[in-house]
Amino acid sequence: MATKNIMIVGVGGQGSLLASKLLGRLLVDEGYDVKVSEVHGMSQRGGSVVTYVKFGDKVYSPVIEEGEADFIVSFEKIEAARYIRNLKKGGTVIVNTQQIDPMPVIIGSTSYPAAILDEITEKGVHVDAIDALSLASEAGSAKACNIVLMGRLAKYFDIPYEKWEEAIQKIVKPNFIEINKKAFALGYQN
Amino acid sequence: MKELMIGNAALARGIYEAGCAVISSYPGTPSTEITEEFAKFSDAYCEWAPNEKVAMEAAFGASLRGKRSACCMKHVGLNVAADPLFTMSYTGVNAGMVICVADDPGMHSSQNEQDSRHYAIASKVPMLEPADSQEALDFAKIAFALSEQFDTPVFIKMCTRVAHSQSIVEKGERTEVTKEYVKNPQKYIMAPANAIRRHPLVEERTKKLTEYAETSPLNRVEEGDGTYDFGIITSSTSYQYVKEVFGDKVSVLKLGMVNPLPVQLIKDFAAKAGKVYVIEELDPIIETHCKVNGVDVIGKEKFSLLGEYSQKTIAAAFDLPAKESVGTDTAVPVRPPMMCAGCPHRGMYYVLAKNKITVLGDIGCYTLGSMPPLNALDMTLCMGASVSGLHGYNKAGGSETENKTVCVIGDSTFMHSGVTGLINIAYNQSNSTVIILDNSITGMTGHQQNPTTGYNIKGDPAGKVNLEALCHSIGISSVRVVDPYNLEECERVVKEELAKNEPSVIISRRPCVLLKYVKPKKPLKVNTEKCRGCKRCMKFGCPAISFRDGHAVVDNTLCIGCGVCAGLCPFDAFESEGE
Repeated sequence: MATKNIMIVGVGGQGSLLASKLLGRLLVDEGYDVKVSEVHGMSQRGGSVVTYVKFGDKVYSPVIEEGEADFIVSFEKIEAARYIRNLKKGGTVIVNTQQIDPMPVIIGSTSYPAAILDEITEKGVHVDAIDALSLASEAGSAKACNIVLMGRLAKYFDIPYEKWEEAIQKIVKPNFIEINKKAFALGYQN
Repeated sequence: MKELMIGNAALARGIYEAGCAVISSYPGTPSTEITEEFAKFSDAYCEWAPNEKVAMEAAFGASLRGKRSACCMKHVGLNVAADPLFTMSYTGVNAGMVICVADDPGMHSSQNEQDSRHYAIASKVPMLEPADSQEALDFAKIAFALSEQFDTPVFIKMCTRVAHSQSIVEKGERTEVTKEYVKNPQKYIMAPANAIRRHPLVEERTKKLTEYAETSPLNRVEEGDGTYDFGIITSSTSYQYVKEVFGDKVSVLKLGMVNPLPVQLIKDFAAKAGKVYVIEELDPIIETHCKVNGVDVIGKEKFSLLGEYSQKTIAAAFDLPAKESVGTDTAVPVRPPMMCAGCPHRGMYYVLAKNKITVLGDIGCYTLGSMPPLNALDMTLCMGASVSGLHGYNKAGGSETENKTVCVIGDSTFMHSGVTGLINIAYNQSNSTVIILDNSITGMTGHQQNPTTGYNIKGDPAGKVNLEALCHSIGISSVRVVDPYNLEECERVVKEELAKNEPSVIISRRPCVLLKYVKPKKPLKVNTEKCRGCKRCMKFGCPAISFRDGHAVVDNTLCIGCGVCAGLCPFDAFESEGE
């Protein structure tokens, strides 16, 4: 199988680590060669963060470049747009509609482009927007946004639902399994 | 069982399986997780040292005693440890010793992008360079064996993309190795008479290591299918990019040992391949080696000296078509990293910026004080340079600078190499004001303990440096402690200490808000009837406060209720919830 590429993007501290951990566990269990790459350190302090997940028969480069991503899963609205050049033609953007102001917006040197998702949709990008924050809260924790988005991503895969649930069970602490399963289901259904 | 591991975790596993008994390191991105992962093994000793020089010397001591040892650091940490390195090359080792150094091309979290391979060449110490996690594990074991076989410390060089990328690893078993310690002054006392006899052995060793490199499985040729009529010599993460672009269509000489480099292997490869490209990030180390040995290669004339490579940059260099993107260029505001909501550093920076004080900075989270809106810093160079730099600045500036210049340095950085600068201030008496931003942890690298925190790497109680007593004993009589959440107190004490005609230290003390034991309070709310939109709070640069529809707004997912903004507001518009 040719390598599939998923980018997970968001704001440092939003919990992309658990999402990439879930994907990694699932895809290794499915028998794929897998690479997951992210950058630690300074960028984690509220900056823009990106994780690359790649899987297939044999994966070489750990990074995803322009025009290579099959999916961009974004935890925040403008972060989806920031990396849009990495999306392959025909690729899909799954995006949480949450807005987190970056510092230049906070101090008023620029404004937040609120209509950004409409803009990229108009340019022909397939955008699958979801209010993951509300769904996560409905599941029992605002922190479960990451798993809601994974639930939505799962709809685009042929991997059976139970396999995703098994992977959640393996990586999440016992106390949080039920909340995360619920969050996953809400992302998958809505 | 196959599992995904970041390169650093796999390297830690390999070091463990090789029977390493002692590891001493100083944290630094992208090397930190090697030591953190190793700390999870209960049957080996592991520590954070105050700096990389101490760490390397501790590891050397363990090797001398007969136990396999390691130390880990980032590229700039190797500058600090360079002193023991060059002479350890002469003494060699008793039990095997491995030095892990992680470069950061692209400077994701560093102040420069120096290439550590220069150190391997200059110190005549062999260096292995894995290209993925499995290689990191395997190379660690080979490195220990080589260390004992050739009587030398051995480098393992990581880079950000190998250190922080997860790939599939199969684990092995641990084997312990112990050597007897035998007193041997000619080998271990590097006074001139002995050292002069060790140097020829070093040169001899490099010759033998070069012979080893010719046939070592660390270096391998992957024959191409003949699609392209050239060959590529590469290593590390660049190898992965080359394979991503060319697959099996090109012949590749993949080098796992980058010092010393083979000669005949390269000549044979080039003779067969015809035209040869060398693809290596940062400096032309392999390229220069090829050219010195009469092998004509194409390197930096085609590939950049700067930053990271990728499949895209390599494809572009060979004029291969770019991947088809959706191609929408969308301008979005940048999102730089910033100090967290409730960060204790912010209060002190606000006071310094407000009073237009010149601030020499240092390495850590608090470098982010240089960002707008605070713009509080004038200089950041390297670990400890704020303190020693301030001394020189004031010696040059005299009364023109002494009363309006300070330096800021974190607790861990102060332990690392700030304390020697402070000794210089006390000894040579500059009228300098040093501010220690004590947040009781090593923050930027992800919360490592240090000598001021009272805990060791495993979280167990440990020795604790008393900063006040240390500064006093150095000879600083004026040592003040302030709470950076108390802006009034900070401003008063900073002004008082700057006015004094003697060296002084201000300890700005409050733990990092990300520490688990720091319990957040309820988020604040803006009373829109009181808020007059004066934007004074916006100068504070707290990410939890933004400005919408003429009023300040608090993001309740970010606010930790520190309440410092409430003290800034002239109209008391910030209110605790429930009030």
